[in-house]
Amino acid sequence: MTRSVVLFRDLLIPLLPLAAFLVNGLFGRWTREKAHWVSVPAVVLSFLLSLLVLKDVLSGVNTYASLYRWITVGAFDVSVGVMIDPLAAVMLIVVTSVSSLVHVYSIGYMHGDRGYARFFAYLSLFTFSMLMLVLSNNLLELFVFWEAVGLCSYLLIGHWYERRSAADAATKAFVVNRVGDFGFGLGLLLIFVTLGTLDYQAVFLGAKAASNQTVDLLAPFGGKLEVGLVTLIALLLFTGAMGKSAQLPLHVWLPDAMEGPTPVSALIHAATMVTAGVYMVARMHPVFEISPAAMATVAVVGGGTALFAATIGLVQNDIKRVVAYSTVSQLGTMFLACGIGAYGIAIFHLMTHAFFKGLLFLGAGSVIHALSGEQDIRKMGGLRNKIPATYLTFLIGSLSLAGVPLFAGFFSKDEILTRAFFAGDLGRVLWGVALLGALMTAFYAFRLVYLVFHGETRLLPDAAHRVHESPPVMTVPLWILAVLAVFSGWVGIPLIAGGDKIGHFLEPVFAGVAHAVHADIRLEGALIAVSVIVALLGIAIADMLYRTRPATPDKVAATWPRLYSLFLNKWWFDEIFDWAIVRPTRRISESFLWKVADVRIIDAFVNGVGSVTQQAAASWRRIQTGFTQDYAMTLVLGLLLVAAVWLAAW
Amino acid sequence: MKFPILSLTTYIPLVGALYLLFMKEHEGMVRRLSLAVSLAAFALSVLMLGHFDPKTSGFQFVETLEWAPSLGVTYKMGVDGVSVLFIVLTTVLTVLSVLVSWTQVKKYVREFHVALLVMESAMLGVFSALDLVLFYVFWEVMLIPMFLMIGIWGGPNRIYAAVKFFLYTLAGSVLMLIGIIVLYVHGGKTFDVAALLQVKFAAPVQFWVFLAFFAAFAVKVPMWPVHTWLPDAHTEAPTAGSVILAGVLIKMGAYGFLRFSLPMFPDATATFAPYILALSLVAIIYGALVTLVQTDLKKLIAYSSVSHMGFVTLGIFALNRQGIEGGIMQMVNHGIITGALFLLVGIIYERTHSREISAYGGIARSVPRYAAFFVLFVLASLGLPGLNGFVGEFLVILGAFQRDRVVGVLAMTGIILAAVYLLWMTQRVLFQEMTHPENEKLADIDTREFITLLPLAVLSVFLGVYPNPALSVMHASVDQLMAKMEAHRAAVISWSQAWPF
Repeated sequence: MTRSVVLFRDLLIPLLPLAAFLVNGLFGRWTREKAHWVSVPAVVLSFLLSLLVLKDVLSGVNTYASLYRWITVGAFDVSVGVMIDPLAAVMLIVVTSVSSLVHVYSIGYMHGDRGYARFFAYLSLFTFSMLMLVLSNNLLELFVFWEAVGLCSYLLIGHWYERRSAADAATKAFVVNRVGDFGFGLGLLLIFVTLGTLDYQAVFLGAKAASNQTVDLLAPFGGKLEVGLVTLIALLLFTGAMGKSAQLPLHVWLPDAMEGPTPVSALIHAATMVTAGVYMVARMHPVFEISPAAMATVAVVGGGTALFAATIGLVQNDIKRVVAYSTVSQLGTMFLACGIGAYGIAIFHLMTHAFFKGLLFLGAGSVIHALSGEQDIRKMGGLRNKIPATYLTFLIGSLSLAGVPLFAGFFSKDEILTRAFFAGDLGRVLWGVALLGALMTAFYAFRLVYLVFHGETRLLPDAAHRVHESPPVMTVPLWILAVLAVFSGWVGIPLIAGGDKIGHFLEPVFAGVAHAVHADIRLEGALIAVSVIVALLGIAIADMLYRTRPATPDKVAATWPRLYSLFLNKWWFDEIFDWAIVRPTRRISESFLWKVADVRIIDAFVNGVGSVTQQAAASWRRIQTGFTQDYAMTLVLGLLLVAAVWLAAW
Repeated sequence: MKFPILSLTTYIPLVGALYLLFMKEHEGMVRRLSLAVSLAAFALSVLMLGHFDPKTSGFQFVETLEWAPSLGVTYKMGVDGVSVLFIVLTTVLTVLSVLVSWTQVKKYVREFHVALLVMESAMLGVFSALDLVLFYVFWEVMLIPMFLMIGIWGGPNRIYAAVKFFLYTLAGSVLMLIGIIVLYVHGGKTFDVAALLQVKFAAPVQFWVFLAFFAAFAVKVPMWPVHTWLPDAHTEAPTAGSVILAGVLIKMGAYGFLRFSLPMFPDATATFAPYILALSLVAIIYGALVTLVQTDLKKLIAYSSVSHMGFVTLGIFALNRQGIEGGIMQMVNHGIITGALFLLVGIIYERTHSREISAYGGIARSVPRYAAFFVLFVLASLGLPGLNGFVGEFLVILGAFQRDRVVGVLAMTGIILAAVYLLWMTQRVLFQEMTHPENEKLADIDTREFITLLPLAVLSVFLGVYPNPALSVMHASVDQLMAKMEAHRAAVISWSQAWPF
């Protein structure tokens, strides 16, 4: 194949979903309940083409091409282009595969929805944007599609826009992401102004050359606070990643995003879009690598979020929110991996997580579907026999999430923990933090399994009567993901089957990054044993609390009421933001800037000028009496005055 | 003499207006004729853009006629890469204004269209005049139809708004007139813009004339704190008036900065730029915060214009290439986007007779096509990459950041606030529960309205995905502007230099 044919094939991967979006978006009134006949083939074809691309990349063929010049103003010259390397290839596979399965699943889940064609249109638009995000060859293009996926997220969270909570959640998601993108955007500006380019490769070289430069942050205010230029750039970019990937304290939008239809939660808010931050840090790793301070920040924020989100996940009662907090926590784990330089493993975990978390969300959706919309796990229970396919696949997903050996999640998570343990003092602390997080993860994963599927049913009788297993169009994607949630981890096992395949595959991208120190095989074995024990312990506690002694959880909550309330109320983040930022801004804008500054000061002045002129005119008008003697009198007085002045001066 | 395409484009609407004024056609005919005339002007402007040579930096399609040679006044028209874009924007928006008024304007139909067409001629004249007297004539003529439009076809508080608009603008332009006369005296007894551009004015002249022009332009933009006429004018104006006001009229101020202030008074520009940047930042942030709490849809969009126009002046007075081209781009984009937003408000107002946000909610269900356009333009307005708003804003912030990093950072906060006020407004209008049952039966946009909105939607997407064609038109002219400022080696004027006595 010639180069242009290859490029055309590669471009079809994003363009097919784009075409599907245009068809369903513009002609949705005609495609209606047949909308999936447009979107599903497009994305499945993209997946198949991605496999061909993977084959090429495996044989060492990368692609780099500029398509057209986008914005050209003087030295600022940015093109739209594509770059396919092993990292992009992995992302292509993850995105197209999960997206295909979610598309198919949605045929069943969204059946009969008013906005069926709109839903598929947005799903296709999202897939296009996400694919372009990973294919971008420069930072501004990345930023464009970074915001575009945010837009799709906004549109899909608000799919059921008539619900106030959904509309609120959509707006909140967009705005919180904008706050993150404020940092991302400043990062782009700083990069361009100091390094003169936004192309990945050139930025990497420039950053290396600028590694000694510093920026004085307080110079404009007369102070002095020097930070490394590259550190500042990396931290600004990371702010964007914190927004998109829901890291502390910008995580607040993700749990609310669960207002969107569940397939959206699986695709966008678990498997793909929210991992864009991790992808970005991995993509920009040559910049982050230069700054130990930035790396440490990434690791600490990641580790902190991993534990923090897990504490909330322990006590939530909405099935989707538990999984959502688990996502926040797992994303934190990926950042932890990035922060200690284990990018390959972060991407590996991104992949396994995409499969098992996509599975858990779709499973949760199947439960909700079976219960006609119920999401409160306190009102579930005993569903095991009624929806067996959902149960079994959900169980597999949970085992993978908990990190039980042989399941995909185990391999990736364990590798991160091990690497953290060997990454200096900070790494060891974070190892402890992540281990605690892992314990909680295993616990809440099985808390969910037990509360939803085991025990006595807590459904109302007539609801229990209507419980039904989902149709094959939904369960088949579940089974495929279940298979992936088990076996996708095997490509990263170091010891068997030709070694750590994904690690080797990604090696060209992350060349130059320090490798794992495999110090002592016995110590490593012990570490693996510890994480296995932790996972099993978490499951055992869940088993004890929610299966064997179901009265205990209430007692535990009653023993530590403050802590329970803190976790249940998500550490009060929403309330604090509302109290410290939202309300004051509104109050100042309304009762000072508008009603005082604009109306009472500026407008009062303008109107004042008008009325002073009017009044002055009104009073001076009286001089014009029309009587000749008055004018003669004035004339004489005036002459006298002039004469007096003249005499005085003389 | 070459084909006088500029004059032809400029006066076709005026001729149309005169015809309407004297031939008493019936209403339907008036509308159709106005549409035909505005379409003809549009076609000519597109023809002109097609023949425009983006590689030439000087003025093109120049026409010169003697007018009053003893006074140094000539009739001189011509366009460069900056003005040609606004000529096309003007003709596009006028066509759409005629279309949107088709059913909205019911009283004094003939007079309304006369005013609209006279205004189009005046606006085209402002963008193509190359003689200061001619420029000033067009500039003042423009005021009258807009004053009438607000005062006659406006909302309940129209008289207050019209007078406020008129006086604010007049106060500014009187000072400009004095400035023009001073330029004539110090610039070799001529009003020819091209000739005046070659003169290097002394420091005090630059200083004071800059301020005189600034008064006129700042009111037009409008910059903070002389912005308070805009919310009133917009709120009361009929839809077509708002579209023209937002789309073209308020661009005149920024155009004036580019055409006169920067190249003629480079030292004064350097002197005042820091203060203007500060005022622009205030406009961006203050404007956005006040937008946030508006409850009237038109007022909300008007205040958002204050914030968005703050980006224009910020870019221009960043005084670097990215800033200036970004500022021009932002002007074009703001014309497209805000024009469209006012069209949208007008369309829904015609059905419900309410501009209050609280009168809506959940209407996406009853008017899905309307909602789609609404969301598109809101996204463009909040600077979503891929749509046109982003290109201008990003370039402006880049320019500002290059000039002063603190300014760049502060300007960036405007982007967050824009997302907040626009999405919150969208949510309360289109989404959530339908609180007013009568909105259940709201009619979705019809074919005429669809045709009115479509061109702007296409432009918005096109200029977002592929802005380079528009940018390349202005490169050469901005090059020349930069060169001019560079050659004069803009030096800050101290107060003692400026004091004329």
